[in-house]
Amino acid sequence: MIIAICFYIFATILIGSAIMVVFSKNPVHSVLFLILAFFNAAGLFVLLGAEFVAMILVIVYVGAVAVMFLFVVMMLDINFTELRKGVQDYLPVGLLIGFILPVEMAVIAGGWSMTDGIASTITAATPPVNEVSNTAAIGSILYTDYIFLFQLAGLILLVAMIGAIVLTHRKRTGVKKQDIGKQVRRRRHEAFEAVDVKPGQGI
Amino acid sequence: MGKYIDIFMNWAFGYQMPEWAILTFGTLANVLLVALPVLLAVAMIVYVDRKVWAAIHLRKGPNVVGPFGLMQSFADGLKVFLKETIIPAGANKFLFLLAPGLSLIFGLVGWAVIPFDEGVVVSDLNVGILYLFAVSSLAVYGIIIAGWASNSRYAFLGAMRSAAQMISYEVSIGFVLVSVLLCVGSLNLTDIVLAQKNVMFGFNGFFFTGLMPMFFIFFISALAETNRTPFDLPEAEEEIVAGFQIEYSSMSMALFYLGEYATIILMCGLMSILFFGGWLPIIDWEPLYMIPGFIWFFGKMFFFFFCFAWIKASVPRYRYDQLMRLGWKVFLPVSLIWVVLTSGYLVFFCKFAS
Repeated sequence: MIIAICFYIFATILIGSAIMVVFSKNPVHSVLFLILAFFNAAGLFVLLGAEFVAMILVIVYVGAVAVMFLFVVMMLDINFTELRKGVQDYLPVGLLIGFILPVEMAVIAGGWSMTDGIASTITAATPPVNEVSNTAAIGSILYTDYIFLFQLAGLILLVAMIGAIVLTHRKRTGVKKQDIGKQVRRRRHEAFEAVDVKPGQGI
Repeated sequence: MGKYIDIFMNWAFGYQMPEWAILTFGTLANVLLVALPVLLAVAMIVYVDRKVWAAIHLRKGPNVVGPFGLMQSFADGLKVFLKETIIPAGANKFLFLLAPGLSLIFGLVGWAVIPFDEGVVVSDLNVGILYLFAVSSLAVYGIIIAGWASNSRYAFLGAMRSAAQMISYEVSIGFVLVSVLLCVGSLNLTDIVLAQKNVMFGFNGFFFTGLMPMFFIFFISALAETNRTPFDLPEAEEEIVAGFQIEYSSMSMALFYLGEYATIILMCGLMSILFFGGWLPIIDWEPLYMIPGFIWFFGKMFFFFFCFAWIKASVPRYRYDQLMRLGWKVFLPVSLIWVVLTSGYLVFFCKFAS
């Protein structure tokens, strides 16, 4: 019963905060509601017994990605009246996307249930929870069955990272830069000089 | 705890509690049994902190309120409690008041998975270490929200610095945790401590093995993660006045301090669990096991806290570019290489715990 109560609490807050992400007037509030939604999704994963996925969701999305979102949104200088102006123009596009997404999800779900021999795949993917911890289960699936896809995903991320660095990195001339090695190597006798100043003479 | 409550209710009132009540009240009692001593420990550890700085500065430190000044923290607490809470006119009121609470909560929730002795733990999660990592990465929210909601340039600068700093050092902390996990083969903190028994030459603790450099990386990253000197740039007085807490007064400011110190003690506990064998004695020698485990655990935590205070009293603050260089150009490659070396060693000598 406690699990059921927890489920309804998490699910209600999740849906409520997901709605508030769209409807809150201040973008910073939107991001904070998004974080709350992530959090409750993690709670739902814990209830499912998938604690590894829950913790990764919190670490990656709440701990890193959402901080970056918040960072960017806080830096924006937004005029709210101007922001509100375009709602009418964007409404059809938004509605179209809002229509396409559920249809696609329905297609996937329908295809999943209609494919032949899906029952064996579903049961094969999940070893019993009380025998193998789900960290080990995910690890063994990811690094044996899907190792090449996993490597490929890593490679794509690496290429994207290198691309971003190449696009934004430029060598600027005439800018003072710190040379840490030089700073560390500096000794006191190079920086200071003890001068014996005679009274009334100055240097 | 639930078991004892049930027995007590049966004995005192002859009332058999339903299952859900035992679970709920038992968990609540467990949480209070850990959270209240932690808050008390924070008050006392602030006193220890000030005494250590004073000793290093050749001063006396707090010595007026109570015997040896022991009640100083409580007097300070009373003082800030009686002051007026000022909310700036341009501040976002709800978030402004939420932020200190968040930073205190994230300082406390991590204690749920810390094992004080074998089996003495609120929740023996089997992903305990990931939970702690998640909680420590959440601590940044209290600071960011405070900085933004204050509607002040200084506060915002402090918040941005803090966010950048915490995210940078989390990366190296993550790799340190990975290298420890590889050696243990489990994410459970109790398993991690038990795996360190007699790990090398009769010593208990990964510190005495090849993971020693990772301990130093973890220690320094923990300093950065908790905004302690020499990495306390988010509140650098000379540059941005008091950083993210500039607009805070009274109890809302004190909550930041409580959260900060709770996180610091948590980090000290994590260091003793990961590298010094938690509740195990330092040396695997039978008579030393006569001393209760939690005393070993608290002793180790106290030693690390002493090191924190010692560093605060003696090391000047880092410059921001030096901080970023240390995180990204020194700790990240070194810890990454060490993860590769550790896993290579484990694979080569077939020591992977499966």
